[in-house]
Amino acid sequence: MNKRSPLWEMIICRFREFAREPEVIFWVFGFPVLLAIGLGIAFRDRPPARVFVAVMAHPQAQSIVDQLKKVSTIQPEIVDPQQAATSLRLGKVALVVVPGNSYEYRYDPTRPDSLLVRSMVDAALQKAAGRRDPVQTSEKVITEPGARYIDFLIPGLLGMNLMGGGMWGIGFVIVDMRIKKLLKRMIATPMRKSDFMLAMIVSRLVFMVAEVILLLLFGYFAFGMIIQGSIGSIMAVAFFGSMCFTGMGLLVASRARKIETVSGLMNLVMLPMYVVSGIFFSAERFPTVFQPFIQALPLTALNDALRAVILEGANLASQSLKLAIIAAWGVISFLLALRWFRWN
Amino acid sequence: MGECFGLLGPNGAGKTTTIEILEGLLEPTRGEVEILGRHWGKNDRELREWLGISLQETKLPEKLTVREVLSLFRSFYQKGREPGEVIAQVELTEKEKAWVSKLSGGQRQRLAVACALVGDPKILFLDEPTTGLDPQSRRQLWDIIRQFKQNSGTVLLTTHYMDEAERLCDRVAIIDHGKVIALGSPVEMIATLGGEHVVEFALENTNGQILTPEHLANLASVKSVRKEADSYSLHVQEPHLAIPGLIGYLQETGATLARLTTRHASLEDVFVKLTGRHLREE
Repeated sequence: MNKRSPLWEMIICRFREFAREPEVIFWVFGFPVLLAIGLGIAFRDRPPARVFVAVMAHPQAQSIVDQLKKVSTIQPEIVDPQQAATSLRLGKVALVVVPGNSYEYRYDPTRPDSLLVRSMVDAALQKAAGRRDPVQTSEKVITEPGARYIDFLIPGLLGMNLMGGGMWGIGFVIVDMRIKKLLKRMIATPMRKSDFMLAMIVSRLVFMVAEVILLLLFGYFAFGMIIQGSIGSIMAVAFFGSMCFTGMGLLVASRARKIETVSGLMNLVMLPMYVVSGIFFSAERFPTVFQPFIQALPLTALNDALRAVILEGANLASQSLKLAIIAAWGVISFLLALRWFRWN
Repeated sequence: MGECFGLLGPNGAGKTTTIEILEGLLEPTRGEVEILGRHWGKNDRELREWLGISLQETKLPEKLTVREVLSLFRSFYQKGREPGEVIAQVELTEKEKAWVSKLSGGQRQRLAVACALVGDPKILFLDEPTTGLDPQSRRQLWDIIRQFKQNSGTVLLTTHYMDEAERLCDRVAIIDHGKVIALGSPVEMIATLGGEHVVEFALENTNGQILTPEHLANLASVKSVRKEADSYSLHVQEPHLAIPGLIGYLQETGATLARLTTRHASLEDVFVKLTGRHLREE
């Protein structure tokens, strides 16, 4: 008689079903990695782009071009007046220098790089004409790992994945089982409802560990991301996040009888957080009036805590407020879900 | 030897509601359910161990194999049967390692019944176990049910197939609009019709020809007469006496027969007699 505990059987069955669904594996593991690769390439650190500057044809034009060439980021060329106007209008050049007794700068101030180019060009020309700077300055360029976009991005993707995993992996799966009357069939057996819930949670936690390890290893090997915090603290924060969204997944699934209903509810919950909770860019970019609301969202708290632990090596105690926010969402969701849950 | 009890009735009669109340899946509006001396709400766990259930439409996990599904259901019961043995009983041994998604309708239904059997139940509740199955799959399921009964199990099944109820059930309750309108063994019920044979006939051309039901009822051995839309149906004790009389009467009135058939009376006729409707009418 090879009878195993029902809890163990249910967990094993969850893994089997997961492993036999290639699409699901892609969305859980492939998609965040592809996002990281795509965004990591798009926003990789590059030498500053060269800017194009037109110098209007004039006897002095060549000497101006020679002076500007000393600045490595400026690419000057001599053009006739008509061509200068066209190039400026089409955005081919950021600035037109009209030589003469006094120099005239033509540019469109609504273009973000124009003002910058104007001051670069002006500084170069003034200096060539003999201006002396009263204060000596020196420069030190910082491009340390930890300060790059990819370093900011990977903890955000991790938070996003923990949210999606909890919501889809629990919410969607349960509603699907309800539609197929599998939930009803299962409670017609002596199965303990608590075993069922526990199996859902345990399998979710195992997936969470796999997701965290995969993304961090990927960040480390593909982008040389430096992980400052201890793996224990990172896992602890991920555990809070994963449990919170498991509870929310359970809540959206507690009554829904149609895939459309649960998908709608999940999007209602997740879409605002995708935008405001600091996955791809900092949540602080939103106006101050919205900040109390944004900071109270579970994904904002999770992303902040993950970044603090992963990038700054913060300890768990320093993140207790964030963890409390996450836990509050989780506990309230769980309690409501258990109260409202319909088996058939 | 156990008993097989059938709930027979048209769609919407309340068969599923009744069986789901008995299974403890629906709350009764009124009344109390007692099964083997136990009650829902007091001895749920014990009852769940004792009952094997197959719902009307359960879609078992598509990406699990036959064996995995049965091991899962087996794990829910304290005592139960070896999954492999149950798989052999429902003749799915060849499909043991196949995903549920690869099974035919009949195989899925046998797997659903296997899930009910794997807990070694005292009572089997089957809600329309053969609906939509081909004749061969139906016969396979009947064999499984008979086998369970032979091992002193009790079976309660719902069906809207009268032949299924007649062949399988020791007792049948006919339900209509949520009420039991007849209860007894199929043989007893058919006997209440008065005649065990049914003679059905239709006329070629009914213009101007009137067959009076009273006259038909007075023919030899005819017990009752029923006028259908375009035919007549007579309950008859002895067809060899009734048919010559009928032919003679038709000759007198000058009517031409379009068709004439005789058959054994069935539970369908019992239902028609009780409700004036056919089982499969909407």
